[in-house]
Amino acid sequence: MNNFHFLLAAWMVVWAVFFAYEVSVASRMAKLRDEIERLKQQLREGQ
Amino acid sequence: MKTRLGATILVAALVFFAGYAALFIAPDEATMHQIQRIFYFHLSCWLVMYSALTLAFIANIAWLVTRKARWDWLGVASVEVGVVGCTCGLATGVLWGRPAWGIWWTWDARLTTAFILWLLYISYLLLRGMIEEPQRRATLSAVFGIFAFLDAPLVYASNRLWRTQHPAPVIFGGENSGLDPTMGKVLVVCMVAMLGVMILVLLDRYRLERMRHEVDELRLAVETRRVDSGTLIKNDLR
Repeated sequence: MNNFHFLLAAWMVVWAVFFAYEVSVASRMAKLRDEIERLKQQLREGQ
Repeated sequence: MKTRLGATILVAALVFFAGYAALFIAPDEATMHQIQRIFYFHLSCWLVMYSALTLAFIANIAWLVTRKARWDWLGVASVEVGVVGCTCGLATGVLWGRPAWGIWWTWDARLTTAFILWLLYISYLLLRGMIEEPQRRATLSAVFGIFAFLDAPLVYASNRLWRTQHPAPVIFGGENSGLDPTMGKVLVVCMVAMLGVMILVLLDRYRLERMRHEVDELRLAVETRRVDSGTLIKNDLR
């Protein structure tokens, strides 16, 4: 099991980076979804 | 929604199987032993990067030719995913280099060209953040993206053109290169799994860009209505 910690670290880095990126995309999408709802509401109120 | 859930479950299962195959099915490499198993995800990350950046390159050209917004969305989405793949490729390379070479980093041809590629696409994303006007932002970033992509084939060819620290290619490397058949199969599984992850992430990132566009359009509609109602009030007062 020589250098196994490097192997483990490399795999963890890959999944951590992809996971963090997906979380950031999902959180940006959630903010935009709220913004779209707010703007649509404004437009409906203005009619 | 159901298709998306099914695709996510399928990719997750593939990722777990790929991890298992890389750890337990792939044979031990004679000189590096355990640490060589980084190879399966290291190479897959570079495949993600090349696939995403090639897609971005096509989208950049398509934007310049057609001026259709969806190409700009695909361009930026692919660049972001490509940068994620490149970051993972560099990080796994560093973590492989330390036990294999005894150093974390060296400025050899492959590592340097890959690092420059990473910097170029980080600059692409920074450039987009600095330009407000959508048409101008799309055009300038498309031109910059095409220029940045010139480094991608150089990264691929660097360890064929210059023999420095990075090992010679084991795939398509000519005579005396090649993989053990089981290693090859495990590598294919890992690559398919990573490409699956890439497609899922890319679809989400594309959707995000489309939503941004929708927000811009709605803001414009709200502003227009505000201006229109302001004009009506002015006319009524007269």
